[in-house]
Amino acid sequence: MSETRTSSTAAADQLVSRTRWRAFEVALWLSAVAVIFLLPSKMLLFTEIAILALFAISLDLVLGYAGIVSLGHAAFFGLGAYSAGLFAKHVFGDPTLGLLVAGLASAAFGFLTSFLVLRGSDLTRLMTTLGIALMLGELANRLDSVTGGADGLTGVTMRPILGLFEFDLWGRNGYIYSLIVLFVLTMLARRIVHSPFGLSLRAIKSNPVRAAMVAVPSNKRLVTIYTVAAAYAGIAGALLTQTTGFVSLDVLAFHRSADVLLVLVLGGVGYLYGGIIGAIIFTLLRDVLSELTPQYWMFWIGLILVAIVLTGRDRLTRLGSWRPARQAGGTR
Amino acid sequence: MLTILFDGIAYGMLLFILACGLTITLGLMNFINLAHGAFAMAGGYITVVLLNRYGVSFYLCLPIAFFAVAAVGALLERTLYRHLYDAPHLDQVLFSVGLVFMAIAAADYFMGGQQQLINLPDELRGRFEFMGADIGRYRLFIIGCCAVLAIALQLALTRTRFGSQLRAAVDDGRVARGLGINVPLVFALTFALGSGLAGLGGAIGAEMLGLDPNFPLKFMIYFLIVVSVGGTSSITGPFLAALLLGIADVAGKYYAPQVGAFVIYAVMVLVLIVRPHGLFSREGGR
Repeated sequence: MSETRTSSTAAADQLVSRTRWRAFEVALWLSAVAVIFLLPSKMLLFTEIAILALFAISLDLVLGYAGIVSLGHAAFFGLGAYSAGLFAKHVFGDPTLGLLVAGLASAAFGFLTSFLVLRGSDLTRLMTTLGIALMLGELANRLDSVTGGADGLTGVTMRPILGLFEFDLWGRNGYIYSLIVLFVLTMLARRIVHSPFGLSLRAIKSNPVRAAMVAVPSNKRLVTIYTVAAAYAGIAGALLTQTTGFVSLDVLAFHRSADVLLVLVLGGVGYLYGGIIGAIIFTLLRDVLSELTPQYWMFWIGLILVAIVLTGRDRLTRLGSWRPARQAGGTR
Repeated sequence: MLTILFDGIAYGMLLFILACGLTITLGLMNFINLAHGAFAMAGGYITVVLLNRYGVSFYLCLPIAFFAVAAVGALLERTLYRHLYDAPHLDQVLFSVGLVFMAIAAADYFMGGQQQLINLPDELRGRFEFMGADIGRYRLFIIGCCAVLAIALQLALTRTRFGSQLRAAVDDGRVARGLGINVPLVFALTFALGSGLAGLGGAIGAEMLGLDPNFPLKFMIYFLIVVSVGGTSSITGPFLAALLLGIADVAGKYYAPQVGAFVIYAVMVLVLIVRPHGLFSREGGR
């Protein structure tokens, strides 16, 4: 009796210790703040990183925690980008309200489409997510009276953030704004994945049958996390619109879905910060590569993908001992 | 009307030849190979180079494209793909997307980003009237070629020793190995055959589908539709799916150009919702 009691408290301790802040997290956020003062000329690049990181975190919630392989995550990103743009253009240009609208729009769409990804195998999921993203892309292309079609949505003017901070030309306020959104949403995601809800997601991912046996309502859980992740992606898209003042069809393109997969894989799946670290690596890498070979950087990205897969993702992420320890076979 | 039907059939037949290799790798071997279009593109470019730069006869180009791409496919299978048969699907997706990116950039580097034109031999150009339908000679050629190939494939899969070895290897690899079938070899040959067919399809289809570095991405979704809608339990399923898709696409572009590709994606998603294993698959299939 006492034995089971100690083992259960040990397990509880272990779960609690997982939620503690780690040194690398603090360092990461501090350096994110530090670049505002250290590298003021690179603000636009860092804004891009912050947005991509948020997008990748969204995918991590779906892929890393719920185990749904999605090839069409750009659908939510694009939907958020367009709804933020249209809202600012036709209704009201307040950024924070725009974020909320974009998040809600994407969440609603995510909720509706989540029922489609519940069915079938990995392949069916891939196909449905891909198909939905393509459909949205095609729709945005055809509805050119609303979205501007291939020319993109122009004329999005944003009001100052909270009525106080203007989006400046150097992107400083834009970066701070994106960073705050990223921080808040990452903390929220942290709460989600460490909550009993997040643990039940992991259970579903590693063994759906057993999860069902301990009474985890797997479909409900998957719908919820898919909706949350869609909202995250929508907010990331809205941030892009608001900081650039422009939306193009590119936000819904296939390569965006593929890129974000790569970002997540670069950083490591299933621990949230993978998205942020991957976004940093990916954006810097692309910056360097596209300077070296402007037209053909895609080749190197492809090569990196192939190399990562062939060396084994697990081995890659196990390299750094500064990474939080995790049990073997956790990533799939 | 008949012309549209005819063009649609030609288009569908072409899609079938392009996608049937994917049916095997994806459906039978359960490997998500998004890079299939890259093989087709390779076949197309081989034909363009041979035909336009070296003046090789078009009829000779087609088998060359087939064998060259099959060789490339076999090589890649032995060196890269083989390691990933048992990998999680995410790895397979990442790997093949990486290959696609590399293929696109490489094609752009060597051939330039513009559309490639194919100079068909004279006897394949032009159109003629037949029973009120306007029939392109080249379309007829495509239908003829693809029909022969489809029948040959079906016979090969059901009647030959290799076909039954393949089916055995797919159904239960361990037992097949126990019976003395060299399963890796069978898979490698099958993969080569599938890539070769894609190359051949790319060569034949370069004139009709257009050929530029974005080919693998542009048609990836079509191949996937054929396979996922057609199901993977037989060759006839994808064949019918390809025909349907071809006719629907051509008719859709003709009658409702504003709607465009939207309908096709919508239909695919719907089919996947209603029948996750494909329209023509047996119940309880993989």
